[in-house]
Amino acid sequence: MTLTETRASATRVLRFDRVQRGAHWANATLFGLLMFTAIPLYFGTFFGIVMQRHLMAQIHLWSGLALPIPVIVSLLGPWGRQMRRDVRRINYWTRREVEWMRTLGKSPLETDKFNPGQKLNAIFIAAVIILMLATGAVLQWFRLFPVPWRVGATFVHDVFAYAIFAVVIGHVIVALTHPESLRSMFSGWVSEKWAATHAPSWLKEETLTKE
Amino acid sequence: MALPTSEVKSTEPVKRTAIGRRTILGLSALGALGVAFGSSVQSFLGSAFGSGLGGLLPGGDRFRIYSITGTFPKVKDSDYRLKVSGLVERPKTFTLADLKAMPVTSFKKPFQCVTGWRVPNVEWEGVLLSDILATVGVKQGAVALTFESYDRADTESLTIDQAHLPDVIVAYQMLGAPVTTEHGGPVRLYVAQMFGYKSLKWLSAIRVVNTVQPGFWERNGYPVNGWLDGSTGPTNPTPSLD
Repeated sequence: MTLTETRASATRVLRFDRVQRGAHWANATLFGLLMFTAIPLYFGTFFGIVMQRHLMAQIHLWSGLALPIPVIVSLLGPWGRQMRRDVRRINYWTRREVEWMRTLGKSPLETDKFNPGQKLNAIFIAAVIILMLATGAVLQWFRLFPVPWRVGATFVHDVFAYAIFAVVIGHVIVALTHPESLRSMFSGWVSEKWAATHAPSWLKEETLTKE
Repeated sequence: MALPTSEVKSTEPVKRTAIGRRTILGLSALGALGVAFGSSVQSFLGSAFGSGLGGLLPGGDRFRIYSITGTFPKVKDSDYRLKVSGLVERPKTFTLADLKAMPVTSFKKPFQCVTGWRVPNVEWEGVLLSDILATVGVKQGAVALTFESYDRADTESLTIDQAHLPDVIVAYQMLGAPVTTEHGGPVRLYVAQMFGYKSLKWLSAIRVVNTVQPGFWERNGYPVNGWLDGSTGPTNPTPSLD
């Protein structure tokens, strides 16, 4: 039995193609490494951990420099069609979506492929990749920058690090409590029933495409 | 009735806003402002909440603990010795009790790392380096001092003039308590007007010499004169920060 990744089958719909899954897990691995190494680098005073500080710092540096690679590689090139399409979905919001976010999910909305909360998560991650890279570069190559900038970059890097921990932990909790969504980040597929509940507007569009 | 620019087909014409782009640009602008003014925000937070609570805030007062070797030399208070030798009249080895018996100097001054992090209003207490030099008597022809850490991994240097500044101390108290092992205890150097790397930890030996011998960090590219304001000479020893 050969199973090619057709966009929609009778009972299931392709949510994430191979490129997107690869980009997600590569990005997740880098974030994991960065966050893991950030703890001893940042809280060394409290835990008295310094044994591997140099190694931790090197892992942190190289993971940070690699951070844009999964996003860029998955977006550019002929394999990135679905990725680019989803980026447009995440970027453009209808008035109803804005309203839904403002009322924290209380206003009616026929959800697109991603609900506004999921969109916001993706936008936040994109923004912090830029911010952490830029401020991280000031910290790494500090000699090129005046001292007040170094202090400011440290401040911004720290503040956003706290925000990243909050958002990523939240993201993981939501993923673990939504097994079918989580499974689709491994297999790519969701059931039509899932799509009808969580992304009705997207399901209609996919069904249209299929016909 | 124009269809939206997005490929998504819809039964009703929908106006769409590029929230993603706006958010990313907005956060980037916020980040740029933070880099430009974070220094002042942090000073404000530090003075508003004090050193204790500031340590819990993001970007607040927090020492990043560095050690060149990856370990801390652990020295018991009773075993501690500071050997002062070289171009001196009366070479002497000080115990911790000897240092504590000397006139006490204390002040609140920031610790500023060359890489950017900074802890304001740190309480320091110890002996003026100039008092130690007076005790041993600096000989004619002395130009500089070299400092050595307990594990011999780190070295530092100061000129004789720099060593006589009134805020250069051999510290045994820090943050209101004896200097802890990770902060370089039981005894460390503190050079208030220079970047943190000049404030050698786990101080074990001072030698008075006839030439400036660049220390560990200077051999790794940091300025020998680590003035906080980035100047190269002692002509303007008042730090621009704080």
